[in-house]
Amino acid sequence: MKILVPVKRVSDPDNANKIKIPAGGAKIDTTGLEWKPNPFDEYAVEAALRLTENGATPKQRGGEAIVVTFGPPETVTTLRSALATGADRAIRVDSTDEILDGSLVAKSLRALVEKEKPDLVLMGKQAVDGDSNQVGQMLAELLGWPMATFAATIKEEEGSLLVGREVDGGVLTLRVKLPAVVTVDLRIVAPTSVYSKQTAPTFKYNDGVRFAALPAIMSAKKKPLAEVKLTDLAPDASLSIKYVSYEPPPARKAGVKVKSVTELVDKLVNEAKVL
Amino acid sequence: MANVLVVAEFSEGKLKKTTHSAITFAQTVAKGTSGSFSILLIGGGAKAASGELAGFGAAKVLVADDANLANYVAERYAPTVVATAKGGFDVVVTAAGAYGKDLMPRVAAALGAGYATDISSVKADGGKLVYKRPMFAGNAYGYCEITTPVQVVTVRQSEFAPAQPTGGNSPVEAVAVAPAGAGADRVTFVSLDQVKNERPELTEASVVVSGGRALKERFKEVLDPLADVLSAAVGASRAACDAGYAPSDLQVGQTGKVVAPKLYFAIGISGAIQHLAGMKGSKVIVAINKDGEAPIFQVADYGLVADLFQAVPELVSEIKKRKSA
Ligand SMILES: Cc1cc2nc3c(=O)[nH]c(=O)nc-3n(C[C@H](O)[C@H](O)[C@H](O)COP(=O)(O)OP(=O)(O)OC[C@H]3O[C@@H](n4cnc5c(N)ncnc54)[C@H](O)[C@@H]3O)c2cc1C
Ligand SMILES: Nc1ncnc2c1ncn2[C@@H]1O[C@H](COP(=O)(O)O)[C@@H](O)[C@H]1O
Repeated sequence: MKILVPVKRVSDPDNANKIKIPAGGAKIDTTGLEWKPNPFDEYAVEAALRLTENGATPKQRGGEAIVVTFGPPETVTTLRSALATGADRAIRVDSTDEILDGSLVAKSLRALVEKEKPDLVLMGKQAVDGDSNQVGQMLAELLGWPMATFAATIKEEEGSLLVGREVDGGVLTLRVKLPAVVTVDLRIVAPTSVYSKQTAPTFKYNDGVRFAALPAIMSAKKKPLAEVKLTDLAPDASLSIKYVSYEPPPARKAGVKVKSVTELVDKLVNEAKVL
Repeated sequence: MANVLVVAEFSEGKLKKTTHSAITFAQTVAKGTSGSFSILLIGGGAKAASGELAGFGAAKVLVADDANLANYVAERYAPTVVATAKGGFDVVVTAAGAYGKDLMPRVAAALGAGYATDISSVKADGGKLVYKRPMFAGNAYGYCEITTPVQVVTVRQSEFAPAQPTGGNSPVEAVAVAPAGAGADRVTFVSLDQVKNERPELTEASVVVSGGRALKERFKEVLDPLADVLSAAVGASRAACDAGYAPSDLQVGQTGKVVAPKLYFAIGISGAIQHLAGMKGSKVIVAINKDGEAPIFQVADYGLVADLFQAVPELVSEIKKRKSA
């Protein structure tokens, strides 16, 4: 199976509370925060690796995983780290976040898919900077492909995937014939979430994503990395959404520590009047 | 003047409450722009629910009821939403649950429309609609405009109170089901495994009791009595869901459900920013954690530094005592 995995870098999501919004609200200032791969995309890379190997012999590749990012030259780092964990090659589409929105990324990915002809586009359900949760669904529509969003489990079958989707109130299972778009949710990296046809149904992965060993980091430097211009993929690069301003969330006023359960209930009844 | 199309959520033979939040959005936009709104009810057997939507002031209630739409699959639903939207609508809206987030970006792409998700408020500003939406796990709000002729949005249920009936009797009209879209022949619905839940819906409850990794295998045993005595919904942190202590659909947070109840209990939850993103809008927050330095205390109105396995049963009996007094 040939899999295309779009990966976005985001400013350190565990420190998103340290972003600043200068007075006037003209922009969001993330200086001082490290760049990290979007966690959902790291999960998608892991799932793509699992689908292109036999879990018992992961060094032997049984397919191809191509990572692609839309970003400035520094985002090569993001691609190299995906290559180090096992992805086979990479593509950087030269651009910056300011000149992109979800529709444009989807349109450009469509052009890339038409060129690369993967069997599957596997990606995060959402980038945790903009929290938009849209690119995968838009891409599927533009391609006229079936999709399965918010995947918690993927089982490869002959020419199709059986996907368990996390929805409100439970799990909805779909069978999608390839080629298709699948977006992944958090639990896709649990030990028994993803099975390729080669992997034995009794096999259990380690929980989470795999880490790159030092030799792999070195050899990742030699893996192919192509660069593409945004305008080659999307001649019309106009945006469909315009942010006019930003503001910080309302601050919660500091609360109090109570000493006992009785005091807690007293406060809830008499002060907050919520019981 | 904006004409809004509300896409109702209908599943397993029932109209979902999420629909009423989307109606509130539509009423707001219609009023702010001297426009109007209609409601599209779509699904196998949906016709039976059309009466429930007639009293909200919609110009029309449009019904697409067809055996082919028995189970929700985006590729089958989207074409009918798109065809209906092309009948003169400027804004298409649904609530930002799993249904809306799956369906609406597909609809937007088919319409060539810009899309904004998780809208927390809307303002009609000189004929333009400006949407406010959370970003960066709720650490920033962005105000945005969609620049395409048609706009597609999903709204946060926690920010748009369910619409109340306004009286009137909107005409109910059948609409044709559009031919299934490209890709529809390559996707099949296999099953929907619903988690049994006798408690209030997380997103609708006025009290939520959430537990974290600390609860371990005793999640239910410890939290159920508290949820019972408060008639509360039960929520969980990602760590509790990942470990299997709680079902995944109870996850509260940036990438789970967003709740804003009157009273929220965070029990054995550290307060990672991804969790805070889903509950910071609660009116009163109570935290019980044995680590006095846990970040959850920075947002809690009332914090109790204690071992939860002792404190929670004590809390249950204290509340019971006062209730019977
Ligand atoms: C992409 C991404 C998305 C995410 N989305 C979400 C999300 O939507 N929702 C979410 O919740 N998380 C989310 N997370 C995870 C988040 O970062 C935290 O890892 C998670 O919230 C931690 O859960 P926890 O507080 O239960 O566990 P922990 O952080 O392990 O905290 C357990 C707490 O319990 C306390 N404790 C232990 N024993 C006791 C006891 N006996 N009595 C009292 N207290 C005790 C400890 O002091 C500690 O504070 C996401 C992470 C990523 C990377
Ligand atoms: N700039 C980008 N580069 C690569 N992939 C992206 C980019 N923006 C979005 N994506 C992909 O689209 C998914 C959903 O993003 P979003 O719809 O923006 O929340 C992400 O998880 C990525 O896989």
